[in-house]
Amino acid sequence: MQQSTEVAPGARVIPNVVAPRPVAAPAREASTADKPAVIASDLWAYFGDTAAVKDVSFAAPAQAVTAIIGPSGCGKSTLLRCLNRMHETAPNTRVEGKVEILGTSIYGEGTSATVVRRHVGMVFQRPTPFPTMSIRNNVAAGLRVAAERPQSRAGLQDTIEEALKRAGLWEEVKDRLDDSAMALSGGQQQRLCIARALAIRPRVILLDEPTASLDPLSTQKIEELVYHLRETVTVVIVTHNMQQAARVSDRTAFLLVGELVEFAATNALFTAPKDPRTEAYITGRFG
Amino acid sequence: MTPETAAASPAGFRHFHDQLGSLKNQLLGMSAKAEERTDLAVEALLTRDREKANLVISGDTDLNRLEMEVEQAAVELLALQQPMARDLRFIIGAIKVSNDLERVGDHAVNIAESAIRLAEKPKVAISIPEIEVMARRARKMLGDSLDAFIRADGELGRKVCRDDDVVDSLHDSVFRVLLTHMMADPKTITPSLELLLVGRNLERIADLATNIGEDAVYLAEGKQIKHHQEA
Repeated sequence: MQQSTEVAPGARVIPNVVAPRPVAAPAREASTADKPAVIASDLWAYFGDTAAVKDVSFAAPAQAVTAIIGPSGCGKSTLLRCLNRMHETAPNTRVEGKVEILGTSIYGEGTSATVVRRHVGMVFQRPTPFPTMSIRNNVAAGLRVAAERPQSRAGLQDTIEEALKRAGLWEEVKDRLDDSAMALSGGQQQRLCIARALAIRPRVILLDEPTASLDPLSTQKIEELVYHLRETVTVVIVTHNMQQAARVSDRTAFLLVGELVEFAATNALFTAPKDPRTEAYITGRFG
Repeated sequence: MTPETAAASPAGFRHFHDQLGSLKNQLLGMSAKAEERTDLAVEALLTRDREKANLVISGDTDLNRLEMEVEQAAVELLALQQPMARDLRFIIGAIKVSNDLERVGDHAVNIAESAIRLAEKPKVAISIPEIEVMARRARKMLGDSLDAFIRADGELGRKVCRDDDVVDSLHDSVFRVLLTHMMADPKTITPSLELLLVGRNLERIADLATNIGEDAVYLAEGKQIKHHQEA
């Protein structure tokens, strides 16, 4: 897909720097929505000499939710962290192979990891709001770092409101935006982190077990949020919870000791998996 | 569920796999009852034995109760364990198979009732060997379909579906033969109508066995072959 880009000298930039403003549920254009947003090809990720991800290839469709499941230590989080160049932030690590986000090779020569992460947001297992900041400033923090030009005050407020609305948190915090983020419950803090990630309008958002530390009601809210996020962004979610993967995702990848065993439509994978190892894992006859 | 597979399961799943094993046993018990009722009904018909026919009728409540027990156990497993893949297909199949077996029991009762009415009019005896062949075929289909489901044998399930054509053509033959009898001798009309009903009930038992065969294929392979979806 040919797209107009503003390329800084010597650096490759992911096209469409600013995602379309999500006012309402946007109409899905078949031509763009059906093209994979994330393509991993022959991907290997190492910790020292140990390969945690082994020769993984898959294509996550745009504006859809892709879930990655598998037992502990199978390389799910490592694979996720390869999709926004977070893996390389750990010491003694390396990545081989190719990852394309919206047509741009993120490990290509001259591609900036910072620019990649601006377009590929990430939310972690435990809520990580900035503890000394207010709710408002938490959302604004990412914008301040990412913005190439400072936004006007009114523009900034609009963006904060929009991000909090997309994260399903606005109604609960609109009257106390200047309270400390730490005053929020765990589930609200996690949605605040999602709002912070959404504020810079990423094209792809990576969720690493986003409900692992939350109670069932907060989990349900995050799942509903993930379900609706697909209208505007591409979501890749790592989860331990198979039912969660079944509920929220369109496609599911099953990873086992670093290898991609099966990648299929979620409804097919959970009712009639093709690979006996997937069958064994999702029916609990494993390990 | 074999004990070996249950033992290999992680602790959280062991209880679930034990419950799946119990559900399978319940279904096996119900299968045995349905097969026994069908055998007894056919025997009562062929030997005009009222006593056996009455046993079929009085025993029907067992199958009704077993159907409810299987359904209850399956619904609880669905609600509490959120099963997936083959386990999910087995539980869904168990609900359908138990429903089919309950209806097999109803058809056995219908055949037993026909046997009683035919025994009341022994003077007009007509012999239709096709009925006996049909009964044998339908009964074999029922046994095979249940074996296919319990063993998750897709190949045997498909064979049962193919066998249904034979029973259907036997049913047509029975109809034509009885029609000939009725036209030739009006005194045979009442027993012939009774035997037509028996033929119809046997044909329905074969259809229900076909359903179970299709469920066995879905269980084994995850493929729907209902309504000739598979060429």
